[in-house]
Amino acid sequence: MNARAAAVALRDVHKRFGAVHALAGVSLDVPQGEFFGLLGPNGAGKTTLISALGGLARADSGTLAVMGHDVTRDYREARRAVGIVPQEVVFDPFFTVRETLELQSGYFGLRRNGEWIDELLERLALKSKAGANMRSLSGGMKRRVMVAQALVHRPGVIVLDEPTAGVDVELRQTLWEFIRGLNAAGHTILLTTHYLEEAQQLCSRIAMMKEGRIVALDSTASLLSEFSQRVLRVKLEGCELPPALAAGAARDAAGWWRIPIADIAHVEEALRALRAAGATVASLEVAEPELEEVFVKIMHREDAVL
Amino acid sequence: MTGFPTLLYKEVLRFWKVSFQTVAAPVVSALLYLVVFAHALADHVQAFPGVTYLQFLVPGLAMMAMLQNAFANSSSSLIQSKISGNIVFILLPPMGPMDLAAVVRALTVGLGVFAATLWIVPIPVLHPLWAIAFALEGAALLGVLGIIAGIWAEKFDQLAAFQNFLVVPLTFLAGVFYSMHSLPPQWQTVSKLNPFFYAIDGFRYGFFGQSDVSPWASLAFATAALAALSLVTLQLLRSGYKLRH
Repeated sequence: MNARAAAVALRDVHKRFGAVHALAGVSLDVPQGEFFGLLGPNGAGKTTLISALGGLARADSGTLAVMGHDVTRDYREARRAVGIVPQEVVFDPFFTVRETLELQSGYFGLRRNGEWIDELLERLALKSKAGANMRSLSGGMKRRVMVAQALVHRPGVIVLDEPTAGVDVELRQTLWEFIRGLNAAGHTILLTTHYLEEAQQLCSRIAMMKEGRIVALDSTASLLSEFSQRVLRVKLEGCELPPALAAGAARDAAGWWRIPIADIAHVEEALRALRAAGATVASLEVAEPELEEVFVKIMHREDAVL
Repeated sequence: MTGFPTLLYKEVLRFWKVSFQTVAAPVVSALLYLVVFAHALADHVQAFPGVTYLQFLVPGLAMMAMLQNAFANSSSSLIQSKISGNIVFILLPPMGPMDLAAVVRALTVGLGVFAATLWIVPIPVLHPLWAIAFALEGAALLGVLGIIAGIWAEKFDQLAAFQNFLVVPLTFLAGVFYSMHSLPPQWQTVSKLNPFFYAIDGFRYGFFGQSDVSPWASLAFATAALAALSLVTLQLLRSGYKLRH
């Protein structure tokens, strides 16, 4: 494993499926140890990109490398360096949870992997199901087994393709606690998800894809500060918004005013202005910048190409 | 090869977990063929001098069961994994699939057929090494063909078509129930183009020391067919045909 290489390095990757240009020149570097988010609407090319990283799909042109290993020329080392949790819940109905993990270890040439399998079962709350057939598990449990399968060979790069779809809140928290621990231990995490609040909380850097291209790539904090803002949401009774606060404000269908505020200290100034105007505040809340707003703005930009 | 022993273990475990269907059922089918055909034809057919029809039938039925089960093992494992999607767990690690488990299943079924027919009709084993060689050859041939079918088929009915319109006719027309010499000359020529015929004829030689063609010719023809299919399979796996997009 090359210590200085990027965990994931993509250069001008193209992939077509017939008339569909699924990847239209994607270039990207994810440094080692990063918790990286890959976001985009359905059909943006995220899963194709992940498939190409894992060798499930072959790029028409361009290069892809994992931990410095080219996924085509040096595919054995590249595949040992990456663990992928596929988007679809898939399992082999012939085997138990433990057999599934033992077989997956064997595929990577690991003969005595029992201790790590036990730890995975413990930390993913699957210990009591170790002897259960895969068919008997709930959807959330099957997904956690898939996470364990991706980790049996302790890969440096862990790719999670919508890992929390259909997983209940408690199990989701367990999963994220585990993944955060792996990231803290030095593993690089590449996450795709439609739960943007999860990406906002977890990812230090984010790429957004649209129609096979990366249309935004920056730290989460920079994206939030550039494309979203903190707003004071107020509902007024029996009066209109004072002119002093009207600049940039907007009212939604439910009657809430959204007043942009640059800093949390400006909340008091806005309240003072409301009181001075004799306005009665029925409800009030401060909404922090949201990745969802960033996502919507970027996806609707006409020139959404970097 | 990394992971290869695990894949073999997985495939053997897979068929063994449903051994009622994958081992016991083919043995019972072979027994039924034996009982029915023996009753209907025993007095009418003399295949080899000094060999009763019942004795003649047993190696043929055993080999037919082996061929069909070798094909069923590799092809069904692949198509099930493809359709359910769990084939990703084999495609993601750094290794390639092989067909040895099909051979293991075929030999298990073959041994089962012999064990079950032993008390009905004892047969000699004059050249056991020839019998073992052709058992391995036939099972490997159909195991590889099963991989090709499993890779090519995208639906269960495509696989069923492959099995019903190719594998079953070729096994039935390979001399399981009759000696090739009892056929009209033109059908003898057609039979000689069927690689399954050589597997069955050579296998029979291992028991009776008699066959329609020389066991060396059978070995050469069956090995050539196995080599050709293996090369096609390796090329399919290398290219990722219908497996990697």
